[in-house]
Amino acid sequence: MSTIQLNTEEIYKLLEDVKDPEIDTVSILDLGMVEDVTVSGQDVSVKMLPTFLGCPALSIIQKNVETALRELPAVRNVNVEFLRSPSWTSDRITEKGKAGLKVFGISPPPRQMKSDGSWHVDCPYCESTYVTMENIFGPTACRSILYCKSCKNPFEAMKPMIKMI
Amino acid sequence: MRNESLKDIAIKELLLQLADDDFIHSYRGAEWLGLAPHIEEDVASASISQDTMGHAAIYYKLLDELGEDDADKLAHDRPAKERRNAIILELVNGPGYYLKDPEYDWAFAVVRNYFYTQAKAIKVQSLHSCSYEPLAEVAQKVQMELYYHLMHWKTWFVQLLGSGHLEAVSRMKAAIGKTMPDFAGVFSLGQYGEEMVELGLIEGEADLQKKWIEAITPIFESVGLATTIEIGMARGDGRNGQHTEDLEKALETLSEVYATDKAASW
Repeated sequence: MSTIQLNTEEIYKLLEDVKDPEIDTVSILDLGMVEDVTVSGQDVSVKMLPTFLGCPALSIIQKNVETALRELPAVRNVNVEFLRSPSWTSDRITEKGKAGLKVFGISPPPRQMKSDGSWHVDCPYCESTYVTMENIFGPTACRSILYCKSCKNPFEAMKPMIKMI
Repeated sequence: MRNESLKDIAIKELLLQLADDDFIHSYRGAEWLGLAPHIEEDVASASISQDTMGHAAIYYKLLDELGEDDADKLAHDRPAKERRNAIILELVNGPGYYLKDPEYDWAFAVVRNYFYTQAKAIKVQSLHSCSYEPLAEVAQKVQMELYYHLMHWKTWFVQLLGSGHLEAVSRMKAAIGKTMPDFAGVFSLGQYGEEMVELGLIEGEADLQKKWIEAITPIFESVGLATTIEIGMARGDGRNGQHTEDLEKALETLSEVYATDKAASW
């Protein structure tokens, strides 16, 4: 009897369909949350990085990954683990992820902050730079609330999370 | 008889202090939900409390990995005398109860939050070179999130004291006067403090305290406050299990659901 061979590409392809529970235009791969995938026979191990330590979506994401991977008939066990290190940073978000965030009306985080610790994002709707920060904190730990003075839309932006010395 | 090395005991003690501080701090912060001065602040302080609870949870998880009870049990099922948090963090937000007649003191919240967040930033920075690798790793992540918390509370502190508004300034000064006498408890490392420093887990109390004073002095100066900063442990050292009735009442409230069914899964 022959067994069906699993490969990591197959797993990554499935993970593309596991979206952020609140942003259905961005997958966990696009967000850079997946650090490593290993396949051993019929067992799959996925190592992930939490975006924020207190993010309540982590257990939902973990469950969604398990459910998605178990759909493959060749998969026997799925082990999803959140790593402590390296720390997730916002520059792990891919170009595809940034585009997906914008489609949802969320500005992607800038690559870097200015020397005084401030940062700038543009309106995801009209691209205007004429925006104001209403609240660094938003509906979830990773988002801020802004307002566009050009197109008069409130919008959200993903917070930059940058490694500090 | 427990056959634990001094190193294991020191690591666990430090983790308990960090976890219990963040746990009760987060709880007091969460009690402001729906009561903060304006809706943006409600969103911000709730988000900060959520992050902080995440920090407590990861420290409790490290304890679990070292063979202690699981995080839920450590958070909900330990009496006040076993808690290691600093006393200043357990004090009530003000008279009343958040569901009934809360007369909470926002000035005290701002002062306590700013002082504590600055102290936490200094500790977490020190933990980057912690000889216990898992804690050093966690510290990196906590620091990134803390950046936003510190910016937030520093802004409130400077705004209220620099406003020139008589009531704001006098209430802030009163809050500083209330916070200082107990604030040294945040820097206490408890009875195993010397071992913690010798083992390279964290810098000593005096060094941490000195760095904190260096960090807040320019902020005090910027709002024209006298710069002699004297802190103490008027009500005792929480690291050694000394606590107030405020902590007992808080634990009773927050573990109410847990206590109804300790075996339930969350």
